[in-house]
Amino acid sequence: MGDEPRAWLRTAVASLAICAAGGALLARGTDGFRALTSEQARRNEIARAPRAVPAVALEDQDGRPFALAAYRGRPLAVDFVYTQCRSVCSLLSTGFQRLDRAEWSRGGARDDRLQLVSVSFDPRDTPARLREYASHFGADGHAWRFARLRDPGDLGELLGAFGVVVIPAAGGDFQHNAAVHLVDARGRLARVLDAGAQPEEVARALASMGPAPPLAAATDGR
Amino acid sequence: MIAALAGMLLVGILALPEAREALERVMAAHMLVQIPLLAAAGALIASGVPPGWRTRIEAWNRGGVSGMVLALIASAWWMVPRALDQALASPAMELTKFVTLPLLVGAPVALSWSHVGAVGRGFVIANVLPMWAVVGWLYVVAPVRVCNFYLVEQQVSAGAALLAASVALAAGVGVLAFRPYRTPPIHR
Repeated sequence: MGDEPRAWLRTAVASLAICAAGGALLARGTDGFRALTSEQARRNEIARAPRAVPAVALEDQDGRPFALAAYRGRPLAVDFVYTQCRSVCSLLSTGFQRLDRAEWSRGGARDDRLQLVSVSFDPRDTPARLREYASHFGADGHAWRFARLRDPGDLGELLGAFGVVVIPAAGGDFQHNAAVHLVDARGRLARVLDAGAQPEEVARALASMGPAPPLAAATDGR
Repeated sequence: MIAALAGMLLVGILALPEAREALERVMAAHMLVQIPLLAAAGALIASGVPPGWRTRIEAWNRGGVSGMVLALIASAWWMVPRALDQALASPAMELTKFVTLPLLVGAPVALSWSHVGAVGRGFVIANVLPMWAVVGWLYVVAPVRVCNFYLVEQQVSAGAALLAASVALAAGVGVLAFRPYRTPPIHR
């Protein structure tokens, strides 16, 4: 074989090798082309390997101390908001309101309904402010609680465990990745759904999550 | 040799904490200043490749094909929003950015472009520019924030800048491609 054809053959081999290696690396870096954004990567990762929620101390809108671990055994949805938010949090809270008003049935026990916790990451949110915000959305303060950290120093640990990134924006606002976080009966963060997830979607995700008996949801007319 | 040293100096300057902070704070600067400058630094560094090495590389890079394939694939990664987030969140990914953009994007283009034929050049340009324009347009109109570390306003301005850059480059290339030239006389 002459020099020129051999060089073209080598070039073809090199190009194919680059395509194969580069394609494999791109596939790896994007979870098999399923995650082009960090948010999608976070959701895939959590669905594949549910992780324990951190045992940080919270207090609700009435100043009652509690921890997310106390919900073990009951289905729980968590979101992250701040009460002065004018954009994505209202979408989250409207979505939670829909989940709050949906009829959750599992053997009929009241305690078995989906529990909701909205955690504020804004240090300006006092229990009084949270109470006002809760009443605006018709939350009863039990099945749907609004909470803040007892020690603001725990914020990094809590957000890190959930994979939520909060960055300050102009005018005292924040921007953050908004989603519905589902915690399974074993107290593990197991699914992340879109902010406006419908009760049926949440019920399907809960049913796919694990050992707890499946829940059925039906939206009532309220 | 001076150009190669200048390229290394450029990487060094871009790696300074102050330069990184200034360019990475703004999404448009991250995508349209830092990343292109890192690639340009690689092109400068490639000018220092000694002739013996060039010959050896060319034996595997006829028509500049291998080098262009390498550059296109490596640059594709840095157009993924997740890659920008990871570069900000993880020092290892930031280091990867500072190594791969000069060595796997800028240098291969510099070593290959002069071997790429006219049709090949047109093919690359005609694919890359519309891709940038579409990515830019998506960033402007996307209903979701694609980067966790950038505000949505930054995403819109980065998209607009990318769109503007691709239109400006397309106009420039268009002028070059369609500039009038004297057709050589045909001898019968």
